[in-house]
Amino acid sequence: MEKHDIKLTINGKVYDVSVEPRRTLVDVIRDQCGQTGTHSGCEHGVCGACTVLLDGDPVRSCLMFGVQANGKEIRTVEGLAEGKNLHPLQQAFTDNHALQCGYCTPGFLMLAAGVLEKNPDISDEELVDALSSNLCRCTGYANIITAVKAAAEQMRAG
Amino acid sequence: MKPASFNYHSPSTLEEAITLLARFAEDDGRILAGGQSLTPTMAFRLARPGHLIDINNIEDIKAVLVKKDKLVIGAGVRHAKFHEPVCDGPLGLLLSRVVENIAHLPIRLRGTFCGSLAHADPASEWCAVAATLDAKLIAKSTSGEREIEAQDFFETVMTTALKENEMLVEVHLPLLPTNTKFGFEEFSRRAGDFALTMALVVWEENGGKIKNARIGLGGVEDRPRRILAAEEILNNAVPSDEVFRKAAEIAADNVDPIEDHATPANYRRDLVKALTRRACEQASM
Repeated sequence: MEKHDIKLTINGKVYDVSVEPRRTLVDVIRDQCGQTGTHSGCEHGVCGACTVLLDGDPVRSCLMFGVQANGKEIRTVEGLAEGKNLHPLQQAFTDNHALQCGYCTPGFLMLAAGVLEKNPDISDEELVDALSSNLCRCTGYANIITAVKAAAEQMRAG
Repeated sequence: MKPASFNYHSPSTLEEAITLLARFAEDDGRILAGGQSLTPTMAFRLARPGHLIDINNIEDIKAVLVKKDKLVIGAGVRHAKFHEPVCDGPLGLLLSRVVENIAHLPIRLRGTFCGSLAHADPASEWCAVAATLDAKLIAKSTSGEREIEAQDFFETVMTTALKENEMLVEVHLPLLPTNTKFGFEEFSRRAGDFALTMALVVWEENGGKIKNARIGLGGVEDRPRRILAAEEILNNAVPSDEVFRKAAEIAADNVDPIEDHATPANYRRDLVKALTRRACEQASM
C-alpha cells in the first residue's frame, strides 16, 4: 500500500514522516514521532487513554489515521509543562492523588485541558459528563474530578 | 487490533469523492467521514476496505441549512454542531436534546450525522431521529442522485439501502411546527455507552389534544422504526398519565427485541414500556 508523506505539528515541533494509511494517529505519534507520552489503551475508542488535542479539540487518536492529521496541530501530554513548571492540571493531579497506575493519566490530562480551555467556567455537572469520556481502571474517578476542579479554579485565577 | 492495509484517498470536492467511490466500489471502497465507528470496526478487522475515501477535506459539505420547510444536513456535519440548536423552533431543540446522549465529547467532535446513518447501528440516536421524523436521505453516485425514505433506508443491523457506489450526501429533516412537543429518553449501562433502548416521542398539541403523534424506538430491534399502533393511542387524546401508560404498553407489545448475552428480549421490552412513558411525560411538560 502506498505510503503518504505527511507533516505533523506536535507541541509546536514539525515532524515530516512517511506513513502507511492503516497506521492510527496514536501509533504515528508514538512509533514514528517518538512521543510516547500518549498511551495506547483499547485501540477501539472506548477508553480514551490516547486522547490528544487536534486543532484544540480533544479526540481519540486511535480513531483517526495518522495520514488524516496531515497539516494539523497536535498537542500531547509532553506539551503541557513549561520547562520544569508543571501545568496546573499536572500539579493538581499530583496534589490530589489523581493518578494511581498512571496509564489513563495522559488521556485524562489532554481531555481536561481541551475542555477547560474551551469552557473555563464549566459547571460541575458538565465537567463530570465530559470526564465520563475516559476510563480509569484503578477507578480513581473521584480524585480525578477533584483534581480537574482544583486546576480549573487555578486556571481561572490565572 | 491494527487495521488491515488500505489505500487512502483525500478528495477536496464531492464530485471527486463520488468518482473515486465509483472507481473503487468493487474493491470495497468506503467513505471515511468521522471514522468513530468505521475505525474500530477496522481495528477488529470486521471491515477490511481496500480503499478509504476521506471526505474530511471537502469544505462545502459541512453546513446545516434551512431550506424552505426542511433542515438540510451535509455529509460533513459533526455531532458537536448540534450542541447548540442549529435552527429556530422545536427541531433545533430536539436535536440538541438528543445529541447529549451520543457517546462522549471526543466522539461527538469527530463523528458525523450522515456517517451515523450510513453505518446504521441499531443503537444510533440519529438513526432513531431519522426514522421517527421520516427523514429523506439523499444518495449520490456517478449515475445520479436519488432520495430514500428513512423507513426504506434502514434494512437491518448495519445494513442500508445504499448501493456500494452511492454516498449519503445529505439528510433532510422536516422543520417542526411551533406547537410541537417532544420527549427523548434512553437507557444505557454506563454514561455514553451504546443505548439498550431509546424512545423519541413527538406530537403537535392542538386545542389541548395530541395530533400527528410519532413514537420512534431505537436500539430495540434490528433497526429503528415508528410504532404506529402506539401512536394511534396518543392521536386525538388529551395528554394524561393513563394515555401515556397505554401507549407505552402497546409499544412494548409491538416490538420484536434483539437479544444479546446480557440482555434477554423481555428486558428491552420492559425498557420500551418505561422509556416510552417517560418520553411522553417529558413531551407533555
